[in-house]
Amino acid sequence: MVIDLQNFTPYASLIGGVMIGLAALLLMLTHGRVMGVSGILGGLVMPAGKGDMAWRVMFVIGMLAGPFAVIHLLGRPVEIVPAASGMLLPVAGFIVGIGTAVGSGCTSGHGICGLARLSPRSTVAVATFMATGLATVYLVRHVL
Amino acid sequence: MTRHISLILIGALFGGGLALSGMLNPSKVAGFLDLFGIWDPSLAFVMGGGVVANSIGHRLVMSRAGPVFTAGNEGFRLPTANAIDSRLIIGSALFGIGWGLGGLCPGPAISSLLLVPGDALLFALMMLAGLAVGRMLTSGPAARPAAQP
Repeated sequence: MVIDLQNFTPYASLIGGVMIGLAALLLMLTHGRVMGVSGILGGLVMPAGKGDMAWRVMFVIGMLAGPFAVIHLLGRPVEIVPAASGMLLPVAGFIVGIGTAVGSGCTSGHGICGLARLSPRSTVAVATFMATGLATVYLVRHVL
Repeated sequence: MTRHISLILIGALFGGGLALSGMLNPSKVAGFLDLFGIWDPSLAFVMGGGVVANSIGHRLVMSRAGPVFTAGNEGFRLPTANAIDSRLIIGSALFGIGWGLGGLCPGPAISSLLLVPGDALLFALMMLAGLAVGRMLTSGPAARPAAQP
């Protein structure tokens, strides 16, 4: 293992992580909802009822706007370099969607929220998606 | 109205955190998952900071009778499913494969939409399609705990 010191951003990542954790906390405190993005989006594509839509839409609007506030405060753009191109990207998107629906959660719901509640189910989910994520990047970058 | 504004602000805090942390950058995510190459450990700090911040406050929040804005008898809607079953494993395993391939998980796929429209939009649309298909495949009560009345 070689540590990538050039791209290592411990402070920005830690502060960003705390912001994400606080957002999860505030969503539970104010609305009693788990901040799981796949679940929030799932309720938009397969609506459960009329009164269940508005809070999801408002949260997503905030998610879209948030990065612009950070870019404004930093005074520079956020670096975004694609990891995949061509057909791989939509295929990856579809797998992420179906996987998080079947597994009932993603990095936010199982990760930030489930681990904070010490949920055994979420711990298994996080260990599983970390393992297959590591294996996938290993295969793509070092084998194929 | 206050409810809606608070939701937008909380969503923005989340989206801003994703942007600051580096989670919106697929190549940084891939660098974190590249444990056997040149490894960028930054995103472990994102998960660590997020989980610790959330868990410290979680106990305080749970000591309340209910959420601040929720009307009526709606309490805290915590997941009720506790089975560690094949669905959890297969779904999470698939998610990890897609995350490794594209470098985007659901939150960043949405929060980067207006920053890099082309690529992120295609990924996000297919992700929403996958979410719909996944929900249809598994339409049981455990599939959508948050949607139960």
